[in-house]
Amino acid sequence: MRKMRRKGLASMAAQTHTVASTTADTAVTAATAGTGSAAPVDLGPAAALSCRECGHQVPLGPVFACEECFGPLEIAYDFAVHTVADTEELRKRIEAGPANIWRYAPLLPVPADVATKPNINPGWTHLVKADNLARELGVDAGKLFIKDDSGNPTHSFKDRVVAQAIEAARAFGFTTLSCSSTGNLAGAVGAAAARAGFRSCVFIPHDLEQGKVVMAAVYGGELVGIEGNYDDVNRFCSELIGDPAGEGWGFVNVNLRPYYAEGSKTLAYEICEQLGWQLPDQLVVPIASGSQLTKIDKGLQELIKLGLVEDKPYKIFGAQAEGCSPVSVAFKAGHDVVRPQKPNTIAKSLAIGNPADGPYVLDIARRTGGAVEDVNDEQVVDAIRLLARTEGIFAETAGGVTVGVTKKLIESGLLDPTLTTVVLNTGDGLKTLDAVADIGLTATIRPSLESFRDAGLV
Amino acid sequence: MSVNVRIPTILRTYTGGQAEVTAEGGTLGEVIADLEANHTGIAARVLDDQGKLRRFVNVYVNDDDVRFEQGLETATPDGAGVSIIPAVAGGC
Repeated sequence: MRKMRRKGLASMAAQTHTVASTTADTAVTAATAGTGSAAPVDLGPAAALSCRECGHQVPLGPVFACEECFGPLEIAYDFAVHTVADTEELRKRIEAGPANIWRYAPLLPVPADVATKPNINPGWTHLVKADNLARELGVDAGKLFIKDDSGNPTHSFKDRVVAQAIEAARAFGFTTLSCSSTGNLAGAVGAAAARAGFRSCVFIPHDLEQGKVVMAAVYGGELVGIEGNYDDVNRFCSELIGDPAGEGWGFVNVNLRPYYAEGSKTLAYEICEQLGWQLPDQLVVPIASGSQLTKIDKGLQELIKLGLVEDKPYKIFGAQAEGCSPVSVAFKAGHDVVRPQKPNTIAKSLAIGNPADGPYVLDIARRTGGAVEDVNDEQVVDAIRLLARTEGIFAETAGGVTVGVTKKLIESGLLDPTLTTVVLNTGDGLKTLDAVADIGLTATIRPSLESFRDAGLV
Repeated sequence: MSVNVRIPTILRTYTGGQAEVTAEGGTLGEVIADLEANHTGIAARVLDDQGKLRRFVNVYVNDDDVRFEQGLETATPDGAGVSIIPAVAGGC
């Protein structure tokens, strides 16, 4: 069985190798086209890639690091050309759009007709008013919300980012999709690739939760376990991309990362629209690589600039597990760089010891007056059960981290319980059943009323 | 002491397109200085104005992230593999 899989992979690599040269050509053409010559890449309002560190600009293409300083490349938009200038018109257009992230297509690096293409169409998940949880945590009634992203097609927020990467992959002519993943992303890539007609080959640490492994494998793409932690997997992918074996592949979180990462902005858009086009006062966001938190801030800033929400202060809080808390440690120590850690936590989807966007998370938490905090594994489990018991939401371990950190921030006075607070749950508890595996049946009885009475439940 | 250095795509303009080059040096700092001697301009891409590793560069010596070791002082034994990788990959 193992052997067969490996053989299958080898033959796929050989096929992909043939594709590589044409894909590379396409990519070059696409990149040149971005400067204004024939057949430009149509990614809607996306105009160029710009380095977040030094501002160096390059045409749209499958590149992710600045050639000047290694800084991360981000999408630079020309909203004026591609969206309606009038704010009310834009608001109406969004509100009349589909009940998924494509309602925000005018603000994303995707073609205007994106909703007609085969994709997994995630988003527009529930923003749950969590009054029961609020009562337990001492938050004012009507002020606490859970943005429940377990409702996405593959049950995590990763569908949002992968949906963007699919459009970029299409635009640049890739035929194979890949990624390094802690599990959720692998499933999202597998599903989206199947729907959109791509081949997929994804890489995960070999010892992930069974739920995530099955969920990633079921869509039929190649799933490769790597003997190492996520940071080892990520490093492997970064090297594969520079090797002929991986040159023609679209790695959603490496060479397509500038496009992919923009998907997290849709969390900010949805939260504000669902609050009646208002900024929340406080957000609690999980930190793995830190990209999600960074892009949520970018999304909020865009809404302010476009006039879709009123400009007012908001605070962003980052949440980590104690067993992988490089950003929290750096925040508390007053550092502006992050010292990598070797992860050891049940919150495996957040177990990135060398977080790429860590420095930006520190900047944003400090700029907005937020903080970065961590909770231990026991507190994570308690928080998963607290959220389930109070709101009927079964979160994966990452959701236990955000709820646990919210509780801790309230207790320490950093989070104001009188203000509107949105806590993110980014994944489904069914994927991390082991975390709460010590609970189960209340009683086992014979099918008789007598037996039921004897069990002491009435 | 000779080591093999894997060059990321964005630095291959300095190595004439080569993905791997050899360099001399007993520490990472010396290896980078030797790279600079043979591929002028490469050091300024990897190091900042103070001569420290840029914050978005990861360097590995034989699979170990040098930030867990001694940074630019990390020993590079004969035959070691050095990888220079953009840090802005992965995750979300």
